[in-house]
Amino acid sequence: MDKILLIATLVDILIFVSVIELIRRNRLKEKYSLLWLFSALAMLWFSASRKTLHYVSALIGIQYPPSFIFLLAFFFLIVINIHFSTVISKLSDRSKALSQEIAILREMIERNKGLE
Amino acid sequence: MKTLLIIPAYNEEQNIGNVLDNIRQIHPAVDIVVIDDGSLDATLTVAKTKGVTVLTLPFNLGIGAAMQTGYHYAKVNGYDIAVQFDGDGQHRADQLEALLKPIECGEADITIGSRFLSKGVYETEVARYMAIRILSRIISFLVRQKITDPTSGFRAVNRKVMHFFCDYYPDDYPEPESLVLLHKAGLRIVEVPVLMEKRLIGTSSITLFRGVYYMVKVILAVLIDMMKEVPRR
Repeated sequence: MDKILLIATLVDILIFVSVIELIRRNRLKEKYSLLWLFSALAMLWFSASRKTLHYVSALIGIQYPPSFIFLLAFFFLIVINIHFSTVISKLSDRSKALSQEIAILREMIERNKGLE
Repeated sequence: MKTLLIIPAYNEEQNIGNVLDNIRQIHPAVDIVVIDDGSLDATLTVAKTKGVTVLTLPFNLGIGAAMQTGYHYAKVNGYDIAVQFDGDGQHRADQLEALLKPIECGEADITIGSRFLSKGVYETEVARYMAIRILSRIISFLVRQKITDPTSGFRAVNRKVMHFFCDYYPDDYPEPESLVLLHKAGLRIVEVPVLMEKRLIGTSSITLFRGVYYMVKVILAVLIDMMKEVPRR
């Protein structure tokens, strides 16, 4: 096996185990880990199986097969980042709505205190 | 009709007192709510001593979200009309009637006070003026209706728009952006000539570059708004 593919395989295993461990310790929600696990598994498959890697590389015209793994990693990182951007957008919408609600409720409480 | 004046304020301790006194002088009975958008100065204290309702946001949310807080408040408390009024002294309380009339008659869902429709001379920086002119052309084209003052924040809305704004209110450039959203929702926009004060910001702070930069950002935001899904009301 090429040295580069061996390194890629080991790194993929490390990522996979780390993500599982983070979920196990409740430091990462399953919801946000699925993309990471899926990416690690897909990359593991291409790093470990030389035959598949060479077949796919030839199919899409890549001269140096290990670079396909980099392409894949790059693609997954983009997907994961877009996913996170949508999560952040949702969170900021919610924190905005909560702040507005707090301002209105706080005023109501103060008004009722004044009536007592 | 039950009318509420919404005044968003961020670090306006210098102006907010005069603005409130001014409104009280001309409209002693109108309800006023000041939205203190996490001000670091004495805005909150000054507003409270004037005896108006103050909503305090836990941190600075920006003008769009602060304004929307006022619309939520108007909706929760059953107001028929909500008016946007600046806390920096630019808007004039004696122009309020003109703004309210088309709403009260049911001729408009939202009225926008335009300084360019009125006969008054409105001195402004050249860069800002040019930016508004070009923006006016683009917005008018997009909403298929002439809008002379798309950045004017002197507005009155009926209950329909109030509810719409509770669900859809842009964060970044709420005045021009909301026009596009209102148009997509099929709500009736009417411009009304009003007089405004010159901004109390001293020397010209808007350079040509900043005028162009502002315009480009707003145009991009507006084009994105055109692509958004907005249910018709």
